[in-house]
Amino acid sequence: MTLLDIKNVTISFGGLTAIDDLNFHVEEGEIVSVIGPNGAGKTTFFNLITGLASPDHGQINFEGESIIGLDPNEITARGIGRTFQNVRLFPQMTILENVMVAQHCRTSQKIWGPLFRTKAYKEEEALIRKNAEEVLGFFGPRLIGYRLHQPAFVLSYANRRRLEIARAMATQPRLLMLDEPVAGMNPMETAELTQLIGKLRSEWGFTIVIIEHDMRLVRDVSDRVVVLDHGVTIAQGSYDHVSTHPDVIEAYLGRSAGDK
Amino acid sequence: MSRSATDIDAKRSTYIGLIAGSTVVFMGLVGIGVGLNERMLIDPILSLGYLFVLTVPFVAGFVAANEVVLEGMEEPEKGSRDLLAGGIAGLAGGLVVGLFLVVLNRFDLSEWMPRWGDQLLDLFSFRQGVGLGIVISLVVGAVLGAFGGGIHVLKPEAKRLLTIVGVSVLTLAILEAVVDDFLGEIGLKSLARLLYASGGGLAFVPALIVVAIATALALGFKGKGTELKNQYDAMDEGEQKKYNTYMMFATIATAIILPIFLGKIVNELLANIGLFVLLALGLNIVVGRAGILDIGYVAFFAVGAYAMAVLTTPEAPWRLNDTFANTAFSWLPVLPWLVALPIVVVLTGFVGLLIGTPVIRMRGDYLAIVTLGFGEIIRLLFLSDWLSPTLGGSQGIRNIPGVDIGIAEVNGTDPRAVFWLVAVFVALAIYISHQLETSRIGRAWMAIREDEPVAEAMGINTVTTKLFAFVTGAVLASFSGAIFAAKVGSTFPNSFLLLVSIIILVVVIVGGMGNIPGVIVGAVVLIGILGGPKQPGLLAEFSEFKLLIYGALLVFMMLKRPEGLIPNAARTRELHLEEALQDAWLKGEKPGSDDDEAVATA
Amino acid sequence: MTATQRKPQKVWKTNNWVDLFLTAIRIGAMAFIGVGLLAFVLEQAGGEGLTGGAIRGLFVTGISQGAMYGLIALGYSMVYGVLGFINFAHGEVFMAGAMSGWITSTILFENGMWEGEAKFVLALLIVLVIAVIVSTLATILIERVAYRPLRESPRLIPLITSIGVSFFMQNAVLGLFGPASKTLPAPPPWMSAEYTFLRIEGTKILVLVIAAVSMAGLWVFVERTKTGKAMRAVAEDKEIAALMGIDVNRTIVTTFAVGGAMAGVAGVLWGLLFRGVSALTGFLPGIKAFTAAVIGGVGNLGGSMAGGLLLGLVESVAPLVILKPLGIPAVSQLKDAVAFAVLVLILLFKPTGLFGERLAAEDRA
Repeated sequence: MTLLDIKNVTISFGGLTAIDDLNFHVEEGEIVSVIGPNGAGKTTFFNLITGLASPDHGQINFEGESIIGLDPNEITARGIGRTFQNVRLFPQMTILENVMVAQHCRTSQKIWGPLFRTKAYKEEEALIRKNAEEVLGFFGPRLIGYRLHQPAFVLSYANRRRLEIARAMATQPRLLMLDEPVAGMNPMETAELTQLIGKLRSEWGFTIVIIEHDMRLVRDVSDRVVVLDHGVTIAQGSYDHVSTHPDVIEAYLGRSAGDK
Repeated sequence: MSRSATDIDAKRSTYIGLIAGSTVVFMGLVGIGVGLNERMLIDPILSLGYLFVLTVPFVAGFVAANEVVLEGMEEPEKGSRDLLAGGIAGLAGGLVVGLFLVVLNRFDLSEWMPRWGDQLLDLFSFRQGVGLGIVISLVVGAVLGAFGGGIHVLKPEAKRLLTIVGVSVLTLAILEAVVDDFLGEIGLKSLARLLYASGGGLAFVPALIVVAIATALALGFKGKGTELKNQYDAMDEGEQKKYNTYMMFATIATAIILPIFLGKIVNELLANIGLFVLLALGLNIVVGRAGILDIGYVAFFAVGAYAMAVLTTPEAPWRLNDTFANTAFSWLPVLPWLVALPIVVVLTGFVGLLIGTPVIRMRGDYLAIVTLGFGEIIRLLFLSDWLSPTLGGSQGIRNIPGVDIGIAEVNGTDPRAVFWLVAVFVALAIYISHQLETSRIGRAWMAIREDEPVAEAMGINTVTTKLFAFVTGAVLASFSGAIFAAKVGSTFPNSFLLLVSIIILVVVIVGGMGNIPGVIVGAVVLIGILGGPKQPGLLAEFSEFKLLIYGALLVFMMLKRPEGLIPNAARTRELHLEEALQDAWLKGEKPGSDDDEAVATA
Repeated sequence: MTATQRKPQKVWKTNNWVDLFLTAIRIGAMAFIGVGLLAFVLEQAGGEGLTGGAIRGLFVTGISQGAMYGLIALGYSMVYGVLGFINFAHGEVFMAGAMSGWITSTILFENGMWEGEAKFVLALLIVLVIAVIVSTLATILIERVAYRPLRESPRLIPLITSIGVSFFMQNAVLGLFGPASKTLPAPPPWMSAEYTFLRIEGTKILVLVIAAVSMAGLWVFVERTKTGKAMRAVAEDKEIAALMGIDVNRTIVTTFAVGGAMAGVAGVLWGLLFRGVSALTGFLPGIKAFTAAVIGGVGNLGGSMAGGLLLGLVESVAPLVILKPLGIPAVSQLKDAVAFAVLVLILLFKPTGLFGERLAAEDRA
């Protein structure tokens, strides 16, 4: 079943076309990587799907329904969770709170629950707590135990990335969108996260879209790779297919060699 | 390498001293000094005016000698250089004051500045005339500055002792009215007469005794505080909880019993403080938790008070005039306070929704100005002739009955009962704030405050969540307004000026945004000492200058301690985040290294 | 849904009650204004409305007050453009100018300079120059002490600071010069005569002329000088401006200073027009000037001036044209409320201001 289906989407900012007539789809249970040189429109693409930007025209359907015009929170509630390229945690909230707050759209207690400490409220809080610890436990012992009550900003860079993934997981999405999940990580950490991404699908059942520059990760996890350049898909298919595609090689080599 | 006395930064010290001197002159011209000189703190030697004026060179000396030790620099050796740095600053300050004395003597600017004149000359020259006055101001400046600088030389224990002694003497002097009242009430009037001089202020000899007692206590209980804290930390969670419960009950018991031993003045003060605690707790949710800068908060206080007045007053204007309100609502009986309260709360909540809905989508700074606009619109409407047949216009609504609770009527004539009433609502407000802050909604507020777009991307409906904070704040303000109407017995538009909003904002910021105990302490200290917009505090002489001090306090807090004096742990971390990251960087920890923490726990 | 829609329609959703409520408020506001206008038109048609002379008077008063709002609004607008925060204390800078105008004009009056034609013009120039100096110094001092240390802070921190500065300055001036309202000396009689076929009072003409000249001067400064270019560059992007070799710090100070100078001119004009100033003079004009800046689009200098004129007009005309026909008594009391209502209404329909600024998503605090 097609989970996410994007048809003929175009968006431009002040004359600059960031995404040009793009078609894209994700099947349920797939892991798709989106790659492309810097400025290819990858993050704009994520923002379009998660409602931070509205397309000029085109269609975006999730589970067969249009999500254009929905607020970001409504899209999250429909089942799309994301991380940000430049890690945006709630730095002063504790690690536990960061993950608890992400379950907002899956829970419902409002005023009366907390004020009268109703049974439903206590049960929901306990459930939120349980879910949070479970999600954090996915990354091993790093984010649990005494860490639970530490503010998020004390974490190392790699752990912040992990916490951000945990926070996206806690929104209980069907589609998980990771924006450069291993940027800034060392090879060991990258290898570990590569494994975990596999588990996210096999154990947690998420469908995953990844933006990534690290080609080893892309090679190891993706079912399919889509290459964007100047807002246009220039190639898609298996990693091997894409990595030898002449347009892709040109897009990368035609630019700064410094690109990973 | 140890550094000699010549190593001090004389230019910086002079600069600080010049600022301090200008500050003193400014204080003099504004009237702090002469205006406060009537109030004695310690009978013959220290008046409130001089306390202010003399603190400046002292602080200047302290700051001048306070050297920033950068990472990797050697901690400079403490010693005579601190005294010297402080002394130079004090001397420079004295020089400014001395020069000002000359100007004051030569020119007459009293046509423009009412404070210009001989009284000011007397204050700064210690009544010794210009010539001697200059010498004195130089000497006093230098000596005080050196003392200030000398603080750095003292050992930590000595600093602690000095602080305790200083604070206890000053507290006793400032609390004169309270102590006097308390002692009188428990039949120890004679002790109060001994303690305080007839003209006000601690008498000299008792002041010395207080110093002695404070010293003895400070030495006797040295380290006990840390010990207690360690003990508390060592307890397991269950024991801590039990201990907290005990403390809570003790606090409640004190709140119930204490007013019995206090007289009218102090109970009145406590009741006023309570009203502001209520307001501050409400604004704390809006500003501190959800990060919405509402500077028209007084509007909800006003609506609460007016709604209560309209519903409960038999002689309310709308009942007496042949107005639309009268004909349409003549069936509405005069309601008792308790029955009217739910209506008032709902009505204020609705006004909150009405104001909140259009503003909540605006960016922070626009929101601030527009809420201010709404606050003024509401006040101007209350003031207008248009609504005066209903709301009384500038005459307001008078003869508002008190709160009838069956056994007695609580109104302004019995501040003790008012205090108890306020205390009940403060407890309620604390409970509501605490429960909401730790709930799902409270977490969402915090996320919005930290990063609104991301909070939205994480599934939080930011519009309704913020609106909810706004309305909750309005509801808490309506409690305060409802009690205010019954307590004062009348409501006038001019009780609800913009400056009320600003004072509440200062209270919340000084106490520490988002921090319930901090906000309460902030209200007690500020409203207690300086007083509210119309209500006098313990230092009633301040009434003329308190707004000036509130303004200065707001700027100072934002510049130096944006997290508030009693900070919430989380908020502190937020505001010093960058410093912490920098420290971590200096220590050579780089992002990306596993195991791992880039920053030690703040 | 067609594929060519520029702004996609919002899908019906659960939290729509907020939007519905907002729409209801908007419709209510529009209806109120509409009914008021209709009543006014009916009244005029019935021949019992305002006379032509009264309407002309309202316009002249509105425009001359609006010119001052416009001058003050420039300061808000420029600082907002460069630093992105509302300098709440700007109204107090205006007040400082007005206070200095009181002192210098009184001194000049006592020395016989406040009469005749040449003498009066010279005296006025002196008063203006001193007010400009005082306001500029005040604003530079504020920037240095209160705002510069906070340049990297979250956006609300400098805003709260500026509220504190405003409160402090108000009360400092109250303490320094006493609470009584100060009266400026009356201008010579030829100033209060009425001129031109519109029969405008001399002082009002003077106000309009000085405002126009200052505005033109500012325009030349911003558009034609190197410093002005630097200001525009810093407003566009501080970092890139710095990379281009522009001294960002100095440019920010200049921006504050120029805004302060305009406020100083406005302060003197205020004194001339109303002949009374006090420590609280700055508050209302300050807020109204901010409203003017929002109407004209913050960052847009011509817009600020136009916004000021428009606000002055609306404030002067609307109570009599919309409120009075609705049967509301003593509408002049509601003049200030109308000015605030204009601000609320504009932001009710356009939450980011009439011209909706362009801000990067990162910058949207």
